Amino acid sequence: MSANVELDHVTIRFADFTAVDDAHLRIEEGEFFSFLGPSGCGKTTILRTISGFLEPTEGSVRIGGRDMAGVGPNKRPTALIFQNLALFPLMSVADNIAFGLEVRGASRADRRRRADELLSLIALPNHGDKMVSALSGGQKQRVAIARALAVEPEVLLLDEPLSALDLRLRQHMRTELRTIQRRVGITFIYITHDQGEALTMSDRVAVMSNGVIQQVGSGPEVYNNPATAFVASFVGENNAFFGKVARAENGHAMLETSFGPLRGRNPKGLKPGEEAILFVRPEGLLLGAGNDANQFESEILANELEGSMVHVRLAGATPKAITVSLTNDGSAVAARPGARLKASFDPDRATILPKGPLADE
Amino acid sequence: MSETLLVLPALLLAGFGLAILLRRPAGAVGGPGFVERNGAVIAAYLVVAVGFWVLLMIVLPQLYMVDFSFRNNLPLPKQGGPEDVHTLKNYRYLLFGPEGSDQAFNWLHLKVFAKTIVASVLVTFFDFCLCYPIAYYIAQVARGGSSRLLFVCLLIPFWVNEILRAFAFRIIFGTSGVLNTVLIGMGILPPDAPIDFLRADVALYAGLSYAYVLMMVFPLYNAIESLDHNQIEAARDLGSPWWRIHWRVVMPHAKPGIASGCVMVFMLAAGALATPQILGGPSSLWFTQVIYDQFFQGANWPRGSAYAFVLLVSSIIFVMSAMRLFKVNLGDIAR
Ligand SMILES: Nc1ncnc2c1ncn2[C@@H]1O[C@H](COP(=O)(O)OP(=O)(O)OP(=O)(O)O)[C@@H](O)[C@H]1O
Ligand SMILES: [Mg+2]
Repeated sequence: MSANVELDHVTIRFADFTAVDDAHLRIEEGEFFSFLGPSGCGKTTILRTISGFLEPTEGSVRIGGRDMAGVGPNKRPTALIFQNLALFPLMSVADNIAFGLEVRGASRADRRRRADELLSLIALPNHGDKMVSALSGGQKQRVAIARALAVEPEVLLLDEPLSALDLRLRQHMRTELRTIQRRVGITFIYITHDQGEALTMSDRVAVMSNGVIQQVGSGPEVYNNPATAFVASFVGENNAFFGKVARAENGHAMLETSFGPLRGRNPKGLKPGEEAILFVRPEGLLLGAGNDANQFESEILANELEGSMVHVRLAGATPKAITVSLTNDGSAVAARPGARLKASFDPDRATILPKGPLADE
Repeated sequence: MSETLLVLPALLLAGFGLAILLRRPAGAVGGPGFVERNGAVIAAYLVVAVGFWVLLMIVLPQLYMVDFSFRNNLPLPKQGGPEDVHTLKNYRYLLFGPEGSDQAFNWLHLKVFAKTIVASVLVTFFDFCLCYPIAYYIAQVARGGSSRLLFVCLLIPFWVNEILRAFAFRIIFGTSGVLNTVLIGMGILPPDAPIDFLRADVALYAGLSYAYVLMMVFPLYNAIESLDHNQIEAARDLGSPWWRIHWRVVMPHAKPGIASGCVMVFMLAAGALATPQILGGPSSLWFTQVIYDQFFQGANWPRGSAYAFVLLVSSIIFVMSAMRLFKVNLGDIAR
């Protein structure tokens, strides 16, 4: 069984601090949905509200169409996996997994059988009698997932469950999580501040900043068509050119920047005179003058080889360098630090967005 | 002469005990030894100071008492004479009473003894029931300021000395005391029939329980405080009702603290003197009062020693077996 989750204009305040501001979205049944945002942006707060540890100050949470107001965490069809897992260290692995069933009055034999089933689901058969402390980090991770799945939740909530693992294990667990999600078919709501994690695993992502949901969309949507300056700068690498809109027509606009006029798409319909930022990805930039004169000139700061890619850093208007990423086909060899050169880009690969706060690096 | 004979093995024993105590943790962890960690001078000082303290303040007086308990009660001139031999008669007296009495056992003292143990268990249990919610609240529920405030509220009454506190309880629980006045005023009791809480020992149990509240709260608080709050939330999220969270998650975690609080309260209650003296009903005696009487009314120090020793040993045995029953180690308690 799987259920959808609706946040209906949810605002959560602690005293006069607004941790989540008017979150309004619907997560579909069986979806792998991620909340992505920097530390302190209110992700955990949203998750705790869905699981019932917090009540929204305003608005309501509906799970499977049912209003959850006044329904405690022990009565909701959700299961939460904590950032630090919170396994019970004094119980065996099997007892941990079967705790939710014990609560529901299942017999010892039933509990054991179900625990064994789940242990094989998470590829840890015969580990039931071990103590939790005897497991490795990745194994604990999987036990926490099994413990949550044992209660057959309709929605599984995961609060940065991979953040404590090292990189290799994290990448392995990403695919594993996705596999488990497909197999059990329930809704996963996943929290992370790691965009790679969010983009690779999720069907859809909500990007958050300071308690405000900036954009909801699939990975490619969020990456290719960011809705705000924050999303453009937070998800993936991006180069920002600040300026004023000089002309706007046919969905495109021209921005007057310190590097001269630059053109790009104008999805927000900005009018001439408005302050704006033009974003173009490092892989959208080319070295050398383009044929449609959408170009600028700058000094080369560095030329960094990274295997199949080469990153050329150019001096920008801000201390942050402009990055040009090229496939390593020899074309960047001539780009020596200290020299000046022209770079250009296709206006369709650049996005002009209203001026707003950027994600700080 | 015999004292010096006793002191020698005692010294040796204490030395060995100390050596083992000091070696254990270092050996177990595999880190630097005690001397390396502290430096020779400080290590030597610690060994000598602790050893001296343990020996002089704890081991020697107790051993002296033990030796005393196996002797006849002789007037000063006869001490060291031919009659000054070791005997079991003080212990026999506790069990069987005076020779030639018509009763098979010394029921009077044995009953007091049993009552003291049972009542101490009750007091311990009551204290646990009272303190566990308080400790849990302070450790896991209350936030910063209010938990400190609660601690202060718990502490301040203990600035008042024990005897004054006991008398306050007399005032509360007396026949014409506060509690009866309130109950009568509320119409729960008829005006002419107040309850004699003192005679019913209610005042005694309440007073004893109150006296050792802190001994219970602090170990419980320490143990519960170290529990990751996420575990409580995880249990709740998995559907657990509150009582099962306590039974399966909080209490198992707090077991060492529970054990050390209970041991402390039990030992102190069983060994209490002032509170039972002041709050005990006219017909009830605490075993410590019997011991006291042997020393100061009966002027029979050997018998008093024997009684005290019996109380000590049986309390220890009782505590040890309770700990075995609940599967707690001595090491856990000290943690
Ligand atoms: N109980 C609380 N009382 C007051 N403020 C709170 C409380 N819980 C969270 N906050 C505040 O709300 C904001 C959002 O917190 P939250 O834990 O949701 O962040 P997060 O996005 O999960 O961050 P992280 O990635 O670091 O876990 C933070 O500024 C935090 O200080
Ligand atoms: Mg968080």
